[in-house]
Amino acid sequence: MSPVHYVALSAILFVIGGVGVLVRRNAIVVFMCIELMLNACNLAFVAFANMHGNLDGQVIAFFVMVVAAAEVVVGLAILMAIYRARRSASVDDANLLKW
Amino acid sequence: MTTLTTIAATGVLRESWLLLAFPLFGAVVLLVGGRRTDRWGHLLGVAMPIASFVYGLIAFFTLLGDTDRSQDTHLFSYIPVAGLQVNEGLLIDQLSISFVLLITGVGSLIHIYSIGYMQHDTDRRRFFGYMNLFIAAMLLLVLSDNYLGLYVGWEGVGLASYLLIGFWQFKPSAAVAAKKAFVVNRVGDFGLTVAIFLMFAEFGTVQFPGVFGSVKAGGSGVATALGLLLLLGACGKSAQVPLQSWLLDAMEGPTPVSALIHAATMVTAGVYLLVRSNPILADSPTAQLGITVVGAVTLLFGAIIGCAKDDIKKALAGSTMSQIGYMTLGAGLGPAGYVFAIAHLLAHGFFKAGLFLGAGSVMHGMDDEVNMRKYGGLARIMPVTFATFLFGYLAIIGIPPFSGFFTKDGIIEAAWDKGGTSGAILAGCALLGAGLTAFYMTRVMLMTWFGKRRWVEKAHPHESPGVMTWPMILLAVGSVFGGGFLIIGHRFENFLGPVTGLPPTSHGIWSVAGIIALVLALGGVGLAWSMYGRVAVPAEAPRGRFPVVAGRKDLYGDAFNESVLMRPGQWLTRLSVYFDNRGVDGLVNSLAALIGGTSGRLRRMQTGFVRSYALSMFFGAALLITLLLVVRL
Repeated sequence: MSPVHYVALSAILFVIGGVGVLVRRNAIVVFMCIELMLNACNLAFVAFANMHGNLDGQVIAFFVMVVAAAEVVVGLAILMAIYRARRSASVDDANLLKW
Repeated sequence: MTTLTTIAATGVLRESWLLLAFPLFGAVVLLVGGRRTDRWGHLLGVAMPIASFVYGLIAFFTLLGDTDRSQDTHLFSYIPVAGLQVNEGLLIDQLSISFVLLITGVGSLIHIYSIGYMQHDTDRRRFFGYMNLFIAAMLLLVLSDNYLGLYVGWEGVGLASYLLIGFWQFKPSAAVAAKKAFVVNRVGDFGLTVAIFLMFAEFGTVQFPGVFGSVKAGGSGVATALGLLLLLGACGKSAQVPLQSWLLDAMEGPTPVSALIHAATMVTAGVYLLVRSNPILADSPTAQLGITVVGAVTLLFGAIIGCAKDDIKKALAGSTMSQIGYMTLGAGLGPAGYVFAIAHLLAHGFFKAGLFLGAGSVMHGMDDEVNMRKYGGLARIMPVTFATFLFGYLAIIGIPPFSGFFTKDGIIEAAWDKGGTSGAILAGCALLGAGLTAFYMTRVMLMTWFGKRRWVEKAHPHESPGVMTWPMILLAVGSVFGGGFLIIGHRFENFLGPVTGLPPTSHGIWSVAGIIALVLALGGVGLAWSMYGRVAVPAEAPRGRFPVVAGRKDLYGDAFNESVLMRPGQWLTRLSVYFDNRGVDGLVNSLAALIGGTSGRLRRMQTGFVRSYALSMFFGAALLITLLLVVRL
């Protein structure tokens, strides 16, 4: 299989994730879309690493996973707190931090 | 051309700091001690200048015995840093010791007189405190061996003058006069300050020997600038045109103050400054010309004012201004005039102090009445005051063998010897001034002492007590013999010559100029007698024609200052305020409003919708990547 397929798949996943972030209101779903985008990136990294025959991209993929895990921990904690306060997980409702 | 070389002081002269320490101690005790010292304060205040005078006499006779007569005592250094080495020391030489004897001698007599004059004043102790402060500052002025120390003394006497003019500060006129004197003096002080800056920048030192040694190498441009700046300083302190306006108002102070500060000593500090700086003036004919012009103009200016005033102190103040004009004229004539300028200064210190004390004695006996039209016929009631006043009068108008004849004629002759048109004009002014002097002084004499009694019944004029008359008698003795003692046999010339340079031509006692001056003086006396002696003096001032009206208004000095300096100054201030409010503030405020308004609008972009932030991040990232691709390709 040529790397083009992997990159194409990665692009498709990234666009799905991006559109999900922009159009969905539920914070949980937004999170999952962000995870989707991150993993699309990981796929691209690994594909290119394989193509170039070195390990740089794979190492970066590990870093991305670590960051993603940390982000989910913090993000879900905030989400829990918001949900408890407002009985809603909609990102449009949490709009107090503005002008 | 003389330069100043000094040696370290020897023997008793090493203790010259005592001169300053005595009056300073008195001032500190009296001013810090407050009401506790009220009972004996005046005695301490009198003892301190006398102590200085005694030391001054010892120093003087020691100096006469020495061959090296410029003896310097190092006191301390002002904050010595790499390039800034200013040593403070006291220089005793022929010039400074002459001033020391004048200041402490006349000062002591006036202090004694003040015991009687200020007897009924509840603040007599404070008065003596200020007077001692003045003596200390004046001694620092004449004794410092550098311009910075001189400047400290210069400001010190300015402060003492301010405090003493405004001594009766409950009188608004006295408070205003004090402020005026201070402000006008600031203009002159500015000149002296800049001169010191310039010396430091050009020569790297402000010590007299250092400055005088390097002024020749500095070029005539620097010498001229220094000379004119020093002249500005001298004009302020010595009430010379154009900074003359404060002296007449300064008569608001108690009369002993007028005698000591505004006649005998402080106002002559400008002449001291010019004569001390003679090596600077020697390199600048322009500065010398400026000094002679100022002197000649002022001697006529003061004399004309003196002719028109009915207030006895103001008439004498005009006379002071005029006599200092003579000294300034002498100081501008180079070595030909320095000796006579200082000799006239010393003689003037005696007779003018005596005249002021006489005026004070009359005021003391007449309930502080100063209007001479309310005097008349006092000669028989106050015989001692009259006699001392008479000797002072004969001295100032230059009748031989009294003081003024010798010293004033020396200046007139020196002006005549200058030669050329300028010499003739200067000598002409000086001769005219001699005639005017005789006129206004005779007028004062006749209006005060002779004629019908014009005082109101309740005045009860009476002779002053001995504590006031004895100083006047001693000053009168000085007025009679002082000038002759200094000039006959070239005594003072030979004494002061090493500091100032000897006059190129030597004169006898009688000369053509001296005789013309004497004839003019007698003419002035005759004219005054025909106007105020032969006919009765009206008790109310007649309206008078132009010159009299102008003289009464100080020859429009105040009007000039107001219209030329004060009003334009106010316009300038208003213009600056307008420009500041509308221009500077407008620019700053509109810039602030622009930034504030813009950011207020930009703030609206923070909507609080997370998804719109995400969208803008997407667009931003897309834009960034597109740009990268475009640039890369």
